[in-house]
Amino acid sequence: MTKIFDVPLYAYQRSLDQDASVPVRHPVLIIGAGPVGLTTAIDLAQLGVPVVVLDDNDRVVTGSRAICFAKRPLEILDRLGCGQQMVDHGVGWSKGKVFFDDRPVYDFNLTDEPGHKRPAFINLQQYTFERLLVEQIREMQSAGAPIEIRGCNKVEAIGQHYDHVAIELDTPEGSYTLEADWLIACDGANSPTRRMLGLDFDGQVFEDNFLIADVVMQANFPTERWFWFDPPFNRGQSALLHKQPENVWRIDLQLGRDIDKEREKRPENVIPRLKAMLGEHVEFTLDWVSIYSFQCCRMERFVHGRTIFAGDSAHQVSPFGARGANSGLQDADNLAWKLHLVLSGKAPNSLIDSYNIERAQAADENILNSTRSTEFITPKSDMSRLLRDAVLDLSAHHAFARPLVNSGRLSTPCTYDSSPLISADALAAPALTRPGSPCPDAPIGTGHLLDHLGNQFILLTIDADAPDHLEECGVTALRLALSVRDDPTLTLKRQYLGDCPSGVYLIRPDQHVAARRDTFDERHFRAALRRATGKE
Amino acid sequence: MSDALTLAANFEDADAFFAALTEAHDGLTRAESDALNARLIFVLANHIGDTRALTDAITAAKSAGTPA
Repeated sequence: MTKIFDVPLYAYQRSLDQDASVPVRHPVLIIGAGPVGLTTAIDLAQLGVPVVVLDDNDRVVTGSRAICFAKRPLEILDRLGCGQQMVDHGVGWSKGKVFFDDRPVYDFNLTDEPGHKRPAFINLQQYTFERLLVEQIREMQSAGAPIEIRGCNKVEAIGQHYDHVAIELDTPEGSYTLEADWLIACDGANSPTRRMLGLDFDGQVFEDNFLIADVVMQANFPTERWFWFDPPFNRGQSALLHKQPENVWRIDLQLGRDIDKEREKRPENVIPRLKAMLGEHVEFTLDWVSIYSFQCCRMERFVHGRTIFAGDSAHQVSPFGARGANSGLQDADNLAWKLHLVLSGKAPNSLIDSYNIERAQAADENILNSTRSTEFITPKSDMSRLLRDAVLDLSAHHAFARPLVNSGRLSTPCTYDSSPLISADALAAPALTRPGSPCPDAPIGTGHLLDHLGNQFILLTIDADAPDHLEECGVTALRLALSVRDDPTLTLKRQYLGDCPSGVYLIRPDQHVAARRDTFDERHFRAALRRATGKE
Repeated sequence: MSDALTLAANFEDADAFFAALTEAHDGLTRAESDALNARLIFVLANHIGDTRALTDAITAAKSAGTPA
């Protein structure tokens, strides 16, 4: 059977740029056609910014890799028009079990928020995720959108200039040079761009190795996340079992330190390990095997002149908590609208600095959470293990100990509390929707709130008056007039008003709250709009 | 140190607690005793709950391990 990752999806094609006598200048070039690069490209092109994605390969990744996609990234994909495809192809899950030794110690259920369109999580292989994004790009191209993917275009050199970046590309037909007003490096944790520019990537390196296997089997395990600490079949280590679409299961087995990676990767060594876990008589085939160790690192700055880093190239976390791809998609979400405003002359270049500030805050949150999970899963000393095991023993008997069990703190979006773009809170509504927060969803009529927000500034009024639009320094916020009566479940009221009789929210194109107040005040919201676009 | 942690004597019956704690370890191996102590720390810590008190407790315990 031919697998998706064996098929060229964006085969090399000669570009007219390769025959140009002087290097062609593009507004935005993106390096890397992974989830982050493709998402950023789609977002920019939908905003009308011409964009070219360059990839040294011509197909999706090998192996399932990122498999858990959280609610907020699904909402971002909804904004880009491909959330439903992802959900349709994925498997939803909300339940998990934790085992210690040979016994279950507790269950959890990430119940979906009532009134939210998207579930807490879906599982979907990264190769399917990337394929669906490429299909979306093909559709956009048919409709005339300014978006292009160039396969087998490998970046060989990068020259940084004060107002552009020049890059030299190697192709099957020789090399050529391109220029970009802005270059976005979405080229992964081992980012060649970062290396070529000689930039730092510091943090904590973990020594434990993990075997990761995609197994195809007809098994009647439920669609739940099962995590084992110190199981009989992998003594002293941990294990994870998680369902993917099409009868593929993800298995992670901790192998410890100082192992022979090549030896452990061989099927004759992998299969007995899996049989010990799944049972001698369970029939399965191995789809993909890899051995990884990981680090929690970030660049000190994600913006260097006209080169911007997004996703794993900027920050890397351990896999526990699904904070890699999910945070990368939120990088894309944060960056695209800012770059669009800067390129169209509606915001100063300094707006890009806020990308660095906001996403660095998110990276720090993700690194903190994933480092703590890693320390719990792979205790670094005898005493760490003793304390960890004490928590696990207690958790089987007492609910109070369960919050201490850390098999991964699952990805949640960042609230940009310290961002220079947000205005002081002027509404006594719940903290959930304070300035900096991602807008929580709510049912509105037959649809949902987030579907009404789109990719521009919105002035959301709830039982309050305001003009139909507010234009300030070339940026327009469109009014979305709602009433608490539009949502009989009162989710809108509960999240956005609390006990307040009315509220006005300025919402950014990435659906984060920029400012809020009880009623519309023109001066207040004009200042908020200037601040949200880097002009205050 | 904040004022969240009580370091003034607070036991209703100090001798009885000490006796109960040592008795709980009777017959246990070193590993079992270590595990019991660890579980006990978490039970007590949860009862306290307050982050400042717990942080101060760690500081107080650490500093008492060095000569006064």
